[in-house]
Amino acid sequence: MQDSVKPDGITPSQTVGPFFKYGLTPTGEYAWNDAFTNSTLTPDVTGDRVRIEGRVFDGDGVAVPDCMLEIWQADAQGRFADPQDKRALPNASFRGFARCGTDKDGNYSFDTIKPGVVPDPDGKPQAPHIVLAVFGRGMLRHLYTRIYFSDEAGNAADPVLALVPAERRATLTAVREAGKPVYRLDLHLQGDDETVFFDM
Amino acid sequence: MTFIYPVDSNKAHPLPLSPDYKSSIKRAPNKPLIPMRHTLSELTGPVYGHETVREGDNDLTTQHSGEPIGERIIVHGHVRDEDGRGVPNSLVEIWQANSCGRYVHVRDQHPAPLDPNFTGAGRTVSDAAGYYRFVTIKPGAYPWGNHHNAWRPAHIHLSVFGHSFVTRLVTQMYFPADPLFPFDPIFNSVPDEKARARMVSSFDLENTQPEWALCYRFDIVLRGKNATPMENH
Repeated sequence: MQDSVKPDGITPSQTVGPFFKYGLTPTGEYAWNDAFTNSTLTPDVTGDRVRIEGRVFDGDGVAVPDCMLEIWQADAQGRFADPQDKRALPNASFRGFARCGTDKDGNYSFDTIKPGVVPDPDGKPQAPHIVLAVFGRGMLRHLYTRIYFSDEAGNAADPVLALVPAERRATLTAVREAGKPVYRLDLHLQGDDETVFFDM
Repeated sequence: MTFIYPVDSNKAHPLPLSPDYKSSIKRAPNKPLIPMRHTLSELTGPVYGHETVREGDNDLTTQHSGEPIGERIIVHGHVRDEDGRGVPNSLVEIWQANSCGRYVHVRDQHPAPLDPNFTGAGRTVSDAAGYYRFVTIKPGAYPWGNHHNAWRPAHIHLSVFGHSFVTRLVTQMYFPADPLFPFDPIFNSVPDEKARARMVSSFDLENTQPEWALCYRFDIVLRGKNATPMENH
């Protein structure tokens, strides 16, 4: 039925709204189970285990308590857990996806591994990065950004960071805390420190 | 099959800033989004299949000891790409208010009753043809604080994955001919009338089950076209 009909366009986005938690990120607080957690870690995953944490703020600098963040990334060898990545098999059970809702103070965190190098469309290496999607009440469509790592020399030659004005690159760079495998990155949906979001 | 994801297709989406929807004013970026080419990081996406979904997760009327109050409905359709092909094995998550328009979420405190037999969350995975199906209760309209006498049209929230991270979609499915449409700034944040119509389900008498449940059809169209040489230009 209707299989031969070509759609006249895609389904438009609508906001995730204020009430998604019991369905998408219940984390034990509602009578529903989580399909995803804020961790990509699996027993067989190889690579440097890191935590990425920060807060989300609106244009007034007020913490956003009802955002949902999702990450998607390669494994430590730069391979994606998706058959569309034809290069090599990733870690057997590593999925590379995680989801986190912000808490009442706008905090989020992800436990993951630092991804490896992934080529750009011309075959040039991209610095290790994680793709981040941001959803929230007041956001009619989710926004895409990236997380880079402050201690990666490859950032200087990264072809996507090169598209970003130098003074805004810090909004994409998670900063390593001294002596700990923890990186901090705050997100600003609007304002002087506004996070760089990509049109993709 | 290799897919391409023309950025032009995104014109169907609302603009981030839609001032009639007050919550968008401080949460929409002021600076222009930076265009970038899709790399492997964007062209791949999470693959979650049936192991993510438990038996019965697509029936929101059987999650508790008793039956929920309200009008039982079937919501079904296909997840499709822009060429109309079914998108198989795509996770579809839904959440919604109960028949009185009340969400189980602790922050929804409007004076309508909770239903002890209804949580309002479900998930399923599209089959090989892209087909998905839920059984649920028709959600009620509910008031919100956006403006004087603001009411949301009845809707079901949907979250869909698709072939890549750029096909990720969160949307809302509405019901046919809702009298609240002209007054809802979220529905009307989509500028194009034809695109708004793609968020409205259609009544499906053929698949309505006698003596049991009305049926609504809702096709979900995600980004993605076949990357044939013809279409690459």
